[in-house]
Amino acid sequence: MPLVERIFPAEAKPNGGPAPAPPRANDFAFKVGTVNGTGSASANSLLLQAIFRMGIPVSGKNVFPSNIQGLPTWYEIRVNGDGWTARTPDFDLVVAMNPATYARDIAEVRPGGWLLHDSSWPLDASLHRGDVTFLGVPLGEMCIEAFAGSRERTLMKNIAYAGALAALLDLDMEVVGEIIRADFSRKPKLLDSNFQALHLGYDYARRHFACPLPIRLERMDATAGHVLLDGNTAAALGCVYAGATVGAWYPITPATSLMDAFGAFCQRYRTDAETGKKRYCILQAEDELSAVGMVIGAAWAGARAFTSTAGPGVSLMGEFIGLAYYAEVPAVIFDVQRTGPSTGMPTRTQQADLLAVAYASHGDTKHVALFPASPEECFYMAVQAFDLAERFQTPVFVVSDLDIGMNDWMCPRLQWDDGYRPDRGKVLGPEELEGVVKFSRYLDADGDGVAARTLPGEHPAGAYFTRGSGHDKHGAYTEDAAEYTEVVDRLARKLATAAAAVPAPEVRLREGAALGVITIGGCRGAVLEAVHRLAEEGTALDYLRIRGFPFGAEVREFLAAHERCVVVEQNRDAQLRALLVLETGVAPDRLLSVRDYGGVPLSARRVVDGVRARLEGVPA
Amino acid sequence: MTSIAKPPVRHPALEKNALGLTRRDYEGAMSTLCAGCGHDSVTAAIVQAFFELEVEPHRVAKLSGIGCSSKTPAYFLRQAHGFNSVHGRMPSVATGAGAANRDLVLIGISGDGDSLSIGLGQLCHAIRRNLDMLYVLENNGVYGLTKGQFSASADVGSRAKRGEANRQRPIDPVLLALTLGASFVARGFSGDKEQLVPLLKAGLAHRGFALVDVISPCVTFNDHEGSTKSYLSTRQRHHDVAPVDFVPMTREITGSYAEGAGLAVRMHDGSMVRFRKVGSDYDPTDREGAYRHVQELQERGEVVTGLLFVEPGSEDLHQMSQTVERPLVSLPFEELCPGSAALDELMQELA
Repeated sequence: MPLVERIFPAEAKPNGGPAPAPPRANDFAFKVGTVNGTGSASANSLLLQAIFRMGIPVSGKNVFPSNIQGLPTWYEIRVNGDGWTARTPDFDLVVAMNPATYARDIAEVRPGGWLLHDSSWPLDASLHRGDVTFLGVPLGEMCIEAFAGSRERTLMKNIAYAGALAALLDLDMEVVGEIIRADFSRKPKLLDSNFQALHLGYDYARRHFACPLPIRLERMDATAGHVLLDGNTAAALGCVYAGATVGAWYPITPATSLMDAFGAFCQRYRTDAETGKKRYCILQAEDELSAVGMVIGAAWAGARAFTSTAGPGVSLMGEFIGLAYYAEVPAVIFDVQRTGPSTGMPTRTQQADLLAVAYASHGDTKHVALFPASPEECFYMAVQAFDLAERFQTPVFVVSDLDIGMNDWMCPRLQWDDGYRPDRGKVLGPEELEGVVKFSRYLDADGDGVAARTLPGEHPAGAYFTRGSGHDKHGAYTEDAAEYTEVVDRLARKLATAAAAVPAPEVRLREGAALGVITIGGCRGAVLEAVHRLAEEGTALDYLRIRGFPFGAEVREFLAAHERCVVVEQNRDAQLRALLVLETGVAPDRLLSVRDYGGVPLSARRVVDGVRARLEGVPA
Repeated sequence: MTSIAKPPVRHPALEKNALGLTRRDYEGAMSTLCAGCGHDSVTAAIVQAFFELEVEPHRVAKLSGIGCSSKTPAYFLRQAHGFNSVHGRMPSVATGAGAANRDLVLIGISGDGDSLSIGLGQLCHAIRRNLDMLYVLENNGVYGLTKGQFSASADVGSRAKRGEANRQRPIDPVLLALTLGASFVARGFSGDKEQLVPLLKAGLAHRGFALVDVISPCVTFNDHEGSTKSYLSTRQRHHDVAPVDFVPMTREITGSYAEGAGLAVRMHDGSMVRFRKVGSDYDPTDREGAYRHVQELQERGEVVTGLLFVEPGSEDLHQMSQTVERPLVSLPFEELCPGSAALDELMQELA
């Protein structure tokens, strides 16, 4: 295939380029296509942080492969002064650094948009688009001249494209400089290289293109009081603040960084500086079965214990989860969902574990689950999960997803109330057990379905036999129908009680809305943006976001108040809709369904299109 | 059928230990196993060991998986918390309990199905972690509750009750444990309580994972002619390679213990394990030697028993994890929660 023209800089083609777009400050999206393992993550993080520090609402989505090195990877940044930071599939600018994905990357630029590429090598003419402005920067050539060694040359190409973007988007170079200085304060040689590379890109763009582009950044003050934080870090911090002492896990994407962060925070906050002794214990198990077994053992012994996993781990943990449910042992399980079924797409996001966690394990079981929509909620719900697990003596899932767990989100600074004390639930200690003649483990003394437990090692009167086999209300083995039924009926009452204690849904009502939209977890941003857009078009929708399971009264009331609701979720089989039908008895034809399950975070466009189609009666 | 509680009848002349407790105080519910089951003898040995060691029953946590052997924690130490978990996964529950509360005295009861088939992975990794527990593997070569299938410890050529011979090579828990770096490896026979009790006591005193494999014949499904795990076969072939006496720290070492002892190993808590008749060719602190010796004798058809290997100074889970000396469950919330000032500082760093 003949290789022709190298680049198509805007000013070099005064008559051939597209008409200039009207200036659009703080409302655009761009993506960077690179090869994983080449160090682009730090350049992308630099861009995200710099925009955030300019006070502009921003989000970054890492769309990466399940691979260590050599496969295509993308990083998407959306800038939105109004605070809409859900993913958007409409890219104003694409940085194409990976020849293997040129065709795809170029195709994704919106008409009238820009393509920034490395012009050190010729670009195939067949890739040219007349409705896109090609901005060629000889990143490779410049870095080969400026740096020695292939690793540094590769790394610095990334900082150089960040420099070019800084010029094109009018990024505040002072802010960029601050971040680089902070990152490399202890590595002076890298500090110099980074600045050099940054200016290679910046200066080239300033010399060759009309900077800034119509899409550009303007300083705002909309990020004050906020931080950039990922959900796994926030959840780990919640575990530290809740007083969890035992974390047991088996490495799995996208949940690994949760336990890593727990370890890092504990190293900082829970390790004696002099002796190195730790006030926590992290157990890297041989598999997820063992991990959750350790959590159950530790919680049985009285510790706050948790595991972090993803769908495959939840499947493996099933048997043990049923034991914890039936024997009534607290356990906190973070399920950072990824795309299933089976191994699925480990580095892509989805919400397809909803049914799996709601009824995990064989036999009649049901579990408490919390559904954070953001890193902020990951923190607070982590704390709440331990309280609920101990109060109801049952497994509690915190169900996030890869997008929430691993991407940096702009969220309000986390706050802590020093008056908080853990809710340990009903635990009889040595003093309460003194003089007790016969302790019965599963007696519903208070009529709320929750029986008092005791901890091993404390008092002889509190001893009982914890078992997953049939037991009566005293904890003794039974095969008697009435004795068995009495216990499992109480468990059902207990879970019904828990419905009132899980986080209430987020509800937003609009004047004149007849229809409702129901969603869950990380769909929040895209759905709220879609509801806003649809309202502007004249379709008013009430909004409810599920935050806990079993469903509480607010969910039933919302369903009753709306003749029809659209359920928006990220799985193929409409699992949230199925749960609503199963648990509330709502007529299935009153729940319309909008689903998006290809593995990338949800966008408002998908929701708007989906809702419109459903309302017009187009079949799903 | 509910479990059967034993009537708390106490003869006034029953022997008491230093805590003022009798053997009865270390018993549990009535066994529901078959009459003559080897496991009931192991239970009796466990009762004896705890009684003699003068352990407060409520400080013990007794755990098990699923199977006949796993029922037995109900039959001893009624004043201790018990946990009958899921099949083959007791080691992980014990690991969590031990991580949370290092003051608990952990005893796990498992069988050859529970430990060597479905639970082989968990057993291996509990050994690697050197979790501080006594792990009793009641080994009868057969699945009892499901009526007589071969287990992974069945010897080649051993015949099932229905007549067929096992052709697959067995997994020997003793050789496996030695290979994995276990810090305490012993084998007993349920028909020899005199030997078993000191093994259990030494295992309890050991800091780290103490595996005691106990040949414990199944009278219903594996006690016939042609079985290599029957009472008769085991009695004929069992060879105590390293008979021991256990001397607790609190007892003075008397003359009879001092005489004729080939080797004495001091445990981390100050107690002593004395090997009575160790031959010149056997050193129970030499892992490779122990492995070779056990294997050679087994090839001659002997069931090698005794305290086969011990490494008293090995690091246990808590030492490897560098956890504080106090049990994690005892730490006050104030020592665990960094508080609002630390969070504000962290948020400042992230902004």
